[in-house]
Amino acid sequence: MKKNSVLLIVALLISKAGFSQVSFDDILSADNDANWLSYSQNLFNQRHSGLDQVNTGNVAELELQWVWQARSLEKFEATPLVVDGVLYTVQAPNDVIALDAGTGRIFWTYNHEPAPARTCCGRVNRGLAILGNTLFMGTVDGRLLAIDARSGNLIWNTEVADADALYSITMPPMVVEDKVYIGTAGGDLGIRGYVAAYDVTTGAEIWKTYTIPGPGEPGHESWSADSWQTGGAAIWNAGAYDQEANLVYWGTGNPAPDWDGRSRLGDNLYSDSVVAFDADTGEIKWHYQFTPHDEMDYDSTQVPVLVDRQWDGRLRKLMLWANRNGLMYVLDRVTGEFLHGKPYVNVNWMNGFDESGRPIRAPGMVPSVEGTLIRPHVHGAINWAPTAYSPKHDLYYVAHWEDSGILAIEGQFPQALGVNRRQTTMGDVALEPFLNNNEEARGVIRAYDPDTLDAVWEFDLGNITWGGVLTTDGDIVFGGGKDGYFVALDASSGELLWKANLGGQVNAAPMSYAVNGKQYIAIAAGTALFTFALPE
Amino acid sequence: MNSLQTCLSLLVVLLVVTTSPSSLAQHETGADLLGGERAFRDYCANCHGPDGDLIGQVDLGHNNFRQPYSDEEIAGIIMNGIPNTPMPPTPRVTEEQAYMLVAYLRSLGERDDGALSGNVARGQTLYEGRGKCMDCHMINGRGSVLGPDLSSIALVRSAKELEQSLLEPDSEVQPGNRFYSVQTSNGEMVSGRLLNHDAFTVQMLDSNETLRSFEKSQLISFGFSNPDMPSLATGYTQQEIADLVAYLSTLRRGAAQ
Repeated sequence: MKKNSVLLIVALLISKAGFSQVSFDDILSADNDANWLSYSQNLFNQRHSGLDQVNTGNVAELELQWVWQARSLEKFEATPLVVDGVLYTVQAPNDVIALDAGTGRIFWTYNHEPAPARTCCGRVNRGLAILGNTLFMGTVDGRLLAIDARSGNLIWNTEVADADALYSITMPPMVVEDKVYIGTAGGDLGIRGYVAAYDVTTGAEIWKTYTIPGPGEPGHESWSADSWQTGGAAIWNAGAYDQEANLVYWGTGNPAPDWDGRSRLGDNLYSDSVVAFDADTGEIKWHYQFTPHDEMDYDSTQVPVLVDRQWDGRLRKLMLWANRNGLMYVLDRVTGEFLHGKPYVNVNWMNGFDESGRPIRAPGMVPSVEGTLIRPHVHGAINWAPTAYSPKHDLYYVAHWEDSGILAIEGQFPQALGVNRRQTTMGDVALEPFLNNNEEARGVIRAYDPDTLDAVWEFDLGNITWGGVLTTDGDIVFGGGKDGYFVALDASSGELLWKANLGGQVNAAPMSYAVNGKQYIAIAAGTALFTFALPE
Repeated sequence: MNSLQTCLSLLVVLLVVTTSPSSLAQHETGADLLGGERAFRDYCANCHGPDGDLIGQVDLGHNNFRQPYSDEEIAGIIMNGIPNTPMPPTPRVTEEQAYMLVAYLRSLGERDDGALSGNVARGQTLYEGRGKCMDCHMINGRGSVLGPDLSSIALVRSAKELEQSLLEPDSEVQPGNRFYSVQTSNGEMVSGRLLNHDAFTVQMLDSNETLRSFEKSQLISFGFSNPDMPSLATGYTQQEIADLVAYLSTLRRGAAQ
C-alpha cells in the first residue's frame, strides 16, 4: 500500500465520530494498519505493518514522542494494542492501562491485585486481546478478566486455573468470533497444561483441552507411569488462527521435570510441539513435535507465523517456526506435514531429520554425570520473542542467540559456562556489562529465505536479546537487545539505519500504529514504553 | 450550688468518664457519635457495608445482632473479635473508640426518621424506564459507562447517601466522576467525565462514550462543568425516590456471601 493511501485511510479512521467497536473482521483484516488489534497485529502473526510513512529514506530522523513509565519493577514484555488513537497495555503483573496513543497521557488504569501465585520467570504479562468494547487479560493468579475498553470497569472475572496448584497465566488471550482463548503457564512447576475457550460475553467456559493426553487418549502412551499428570506442556505465548481451516494453533512448553527425563520416559506428547485445535470444539486435529523427550527445556512456545506462499510449485498454507531448540521449520498448517527444517544456529544435539520430520538425536548428546556441552543454551536460540514476516520482501526476520551452549548434568539444573553463567537470569530488566568473548553467545537479527531457511543477512546485536522484531512497508526491520539499543535496519540488506539507546533492556517486541495520519513506532524497554515518530 | 457541691459534681463526672467507658453508650455526646461513625467507616463498613447489613443475619444499622448483647459485650467483640468466626479482632480500636462505636450503633437502632419504605421492583422499573438512569449508568454490564458504575453502589453508599445523591446530585461528586467541557478550535463543544488533565492536555470520556484527548493549546475554552445528572427533587414523588433508593440498596456485586 502506498504512503498517501495509507494516510488517507488513517485520516478517515481517526475522524470518525464515536468509539469504534472492534469487530472480528477488523481483527482478521490485513488492511487495518493504523490500528494494532491483536498481539502480533493480526492472527497470522506476521508482525508486519503496512504503514510506510517512516521508511528507509527518513528513518534516521525518528524522534522520541513520549515515554510512559510503568509503576512496576517487573519485566515489560507486553505488546500494546491500539484502537483508533487509544493505546492499551499492561503494567506487570496485571494492571491494564489506557493511554492517548498520540501523547501518552493516561485515560484510565484498571488495577488487578493478583492472589499469591508462583511463576517460573517473573510476574509478567505479554498483552491483551480486544473484541467490541471489551479487553481481555489473563492474570498470573490464573484468571481471565474482561474489562470495558471505554471506562476500565471490570465486566467479568473467570477462574481459568488454580494458582495454588502452580498454574499461572502470562500470555495474551486470542479472540476468534465469539470465543476468547487462554492457556496456562506453570510447565516448569509440574502442572498439566491446557488451553480453553470462553464465551466473550459471559466468561463461561466453552471447551478445554489438555496438552497432555489422559488415559485412553492417543499419545498417552508417550508418558511413563503417572508422569503425564505433572508433565507440563504449558501454553504461555500467543496463538494463531486460520479461518478457512478453522484451526487455532499454539506452541507448547517443555515436559516436566525440565532437565531430567528419567521419570518420564517416552516422547512426552504434546510437549515441545505445535498443536492445531478445532476452533469450535477444541479437538486436536494434528500436532508436530519439535523436540521429542526434551531434557533441555526447549519450550516450543514461540509465536506461530502463518504465511500463504508458493511451495514446490503450488500455493500452500504454511507455518514458519524458529524454535528454541535451534531448528527452523516450514510446516503445512492444514495437515501438520513437515516440509522443511534445518539448524539456524550452532546445534549439536541432532543430526538431521528422518523421513517423517522427526529429529535424529546425535549420539551422546544427553545430560551426563560429568556434564555434556549441548548447543543451543537452555534459554535457546530464541525463547518466546515474536518473529516477523514481510510479504513485501518475502523474508522471515528473527532476533535470536548464536553460538550459545550449556553443560547438561544428569539430574541437575544445567550449568552455564564462563560469562554465560550470567544468562541464566531470564530477561532481567537491569542493564549489565557485556563480557562475552567471540566464542560465547551473542545476539543477532537475521533475515531468512522461507524457501531454503538460509540466512540472507545478519545484523550483529553484540549482546544477546530477549526482544522481538517488527517489519513495515517502509522496508524497515525494528528490533532491540539486552544492551538497551533499539535499532532500525534495512529490510533488504540488514544495514543499520538508526538507533536509540533506551537505557533499559528490551524484553518485548516493537509495534507500529498511526494517529491523525502520523506513524508511531512503539517499544518497551526497561520498565517503560517508548514511542518514536518523524518530526512534524 | 455551693463550692462543695460543685466539687462533688465534678468528681462524679470525672469518675463516670474515667472509670466506666460503658456509660458512653447512655451518655454520649455529639462528638462521641461522630467518633463512632468515623470508626465505623474505618473499621466496620468494609465488611459490614455502609448500612451494616452485609453479613448474614447481622444488621448493625438496626441493632440486629446474632443475639442480644450488652454494651460491654459489643465493645469486647469489636476489640477482640469472635473466635472461630470471620469476625476478627481489631487491636487498633481503643476501648474508648469501641464504646463510641457502641454509642453510634445504638443511636442507629433508635433512629426513627420516618422514611418511606421503598419497593425494590418499582424502583428497578423506574430506573430502567422513566428515570432514564441507564443512559448514563451501568449495572452488571447493562447501561452506559459515562457515569459511575452502580453495580456495587450499595457497598459504598448508605441509603441516606443514595437519597441525597438523587435529590442533590451536585452536593458530593467524587473526583473520578467530575465533568469537564471543552470547545475545540472548530467550534465543537465536548463534555464528559474527566479522566485526566495536566498543564498541556486533557483526557475525558465524552457523552458518546468515546475516549477523547485534547491539547489545551488547541482549544478555545476548557474547564470543569456540572455533571448532567438531574435532580429528582422535582418530577418524582417521595415514594418513587424511596423505591429507587430501595432498588439501589440491593446492588452489591462482589460482596462477600
